[in-house]
Amino acid sequence: MSTVQQLFRTGDTPLPDVIILTHKLTREYDMGSELVRALRGVSVQIQKNEYVAVMGPSGSGKSTLMNLIGCLDTPTSGEYWLNGQKVSDLVDDELARIRNKEIGFVFQTFNLLPRADALHNVELPLIYAGLSARNRRERAAHALERVGLGDRMDHKPNELSGGQRQRVAIARALVNEPSILLADEPTGNLDSTTSNEIMNVFAELHGQGQTVVMVTHEQDIAAHAARVITLRDGVVATDQARAA
Amino acid sequence: MPFYEAFRLAIQTIRAQKLKSVFSLLGVFVAVSSLIASCSISNGVNRYMTEKFAQTLYGVNTFQLRRRPMFTPNVPDSVWRAWARRPRIRFSDAEAISSGLTVPVITAWQSSDQVTVSYGNKEARDIELTAASERYFDIKNLNIALGRPFTGEENRSGAPVAVLGEAVAKRLFSDRTPLGKSVRIGGVPYRVIGVVEHQGSILGFPLDRFVVVPALSPAQNLVNPPGILDAFLVKAHSDVEMREAIAQAEGIMRGRRHLRPKQDNNFVLDTSEGVQRFWAGISAVLSTVIPGIVLVSLVIGGIVIMNIMLMAVAERTREIGLRKSLGARRRDVLRQFLAESTAIATVGAAFGILAGIGLTVLINKISPLPASISPMSVFGGAIMGAGVGIIFGVYPASRAARLDPITALRQE
Repeated sequence: MSTVQQLFRTGDTPLPDVIILTHKLTREYDMGSELVRALRGVSVQIQKNEYVAVMGPSGSGKSTLMNLIGCLDTPTSGEYWLNGQKVSDLVDDELARIRNKEIGFVFQTFNLLPRADALHNVELPLIYAGLSARNRRERAAHALERVGLGDRMDHKPNELSGGQRQRVAIARALVNEPSILLADEPTGNLDSTTSNEIMNVFAELHGQGQTVVMVTHEQDIAAHAARVITLRDGVVATDQARAA
Repeated sequence: MPFYEAFRLAIQTIRAQKLKSVFSLLGVFVAVSSLIASCSISNGVNRYMTEKFAQTLYGVNTFQLRRRPMFTPNVPDSVWRAWARRPRIRFSDAEAISSGLTVPVITAWQSSDQVTVSYGNKEARDIELTAASERYFDIKNLNIALGRPFTGEENRSGAPVAVLGEAVAKRLFSDRTPLGKSVRIGGVPYRVIGVVEHQGSILGFPLDRFVVVPALSPAQNLVNPPGILDAFLVKAHSDVEMREAIAQAEGIMRGRRHLRPKQDNNFVLDTSEGVQRFWAGISAVLSTVIPGIVLVSLVIGGIVIMNIMLMAVAERTREIGLRKSLGARRRDVLRQFLAESTAIATVGAAFGILAGIGLTVLINKISPLPASISPMSVFGGAIMGAGVGIIFGVYPASRAARLDPITALRQE
């Protein structure tokens, strides 16, 4: 898959098909005695319906980049455009709205509410989107069916296997029809068979047109993506498309 | 997130953590139930004092000419000694007032003491023997359940007849009729001609342990020296007429006692006002002390809720992080936790109201204290419960709302 990169300057607007665009993104942490420069100017562009893996050793800045892309954090400098909107200078509550509408998170530890059943877990983002209860249930049920858990809706997380839990989490990520599915080590807590199962779900969603960004440190998991971006010391080291 | 969603969520959380929720609502529960119970007691006693107590002791629109007031709380010894030196009320005083008053009134003589009444080998001890004139029953509102009261003729002739209180009749005659039977008072036989209907009790004191005999019957020597009265009772038709009668009676008595204008009365014209004023004082103290105690326990209840909510925020940091990552804004998280603390406090208050009402019913059943639920305290309890939840929930909720989602999500 070939990616045409726009030549972006400060003041420009991304092309319509560019879902994610970062421009000279930096993030510094003031740790009191020293200044930690986690990102030192990252410029990447991700098109609609790409399947991208972000790799790098620990300390490379991939978690920081992930947090910025997921609108959980704001950059020290640089620009971040998500789905045609400049989000790098938004404030807390506006970012919450972006997270709700544009981003579907999949976490390593699933992060399901233990006391709520699968359906209610998937409903969560819709509550914050302000949907009516009936509307929420319909859409949550549909999302669970998409990941093959239509018959497990009333199960609590502890009544589900690891793979099923991660699929509930994926359903939750998809339920708001986000611009990007953002997965942070999605197979980190799963065995290899289950990992493959989850990767198949991702492939399927990608096939249906979903943009997927996945942070991982496992080479064979990254191999499922069509493009791999490698970070090292807070900058992009490699950015290569793979043969599908 | 709309408010009703926040409350639904709060109820779910409370139901999921029953034990913890029970502990956290305990404080508000205790505060509200004690508020309602204590307000009920104070309210009930208040009504009792103004309606029943004063009327039973004195009668409506009635005053009593006495040597000293009947109801004498917190009186120093010196005052008691001064009262004891006063001349007593004589039959002639009563007669002078009766003929001197221009206001239409009914009057009665009254002298009382504790005696033993017997019938055959049965005895009733510590019975209040009252030697009174015939209108005593009207003034004291004593209705005759069985038989009849004594007449003016019987009173004047000093006939040995007696009207029994219900408890005395029961004690001496069980279920048989006492009418026509002869009871002995101070060794003298009295024919029972009537029984007064059940009077109940007043603050635990039984009101049915009495015998009334004519003022001039032989028993007058048991209660007072010859020619002496405990009290002369005067009942007018209205409060205004009563005050007029008091003024006239005062003039008559001052004349009879030869008091100079600057000398104080050496008698009293006693009304229920004294009791009511005394009670109003107690009531005023109670109505400041009770809310004070309740306020303290409410604050404690609030602090308990605040602590439990702070614990809940700490325990559920990851959940908060997750909710934020899924799009919850600060105000959504704030609302969620505020709703929780408010719901806990309101549920506590609701149970407190129920318990307070239950306690009131129980107090009425098993203790002599009259209690009646004050609607204001129920309303106030509900408002305060919710208020405590909101006020003491703000700090934990705002801590939750300010959590950074990244740090929160990373927490184990």
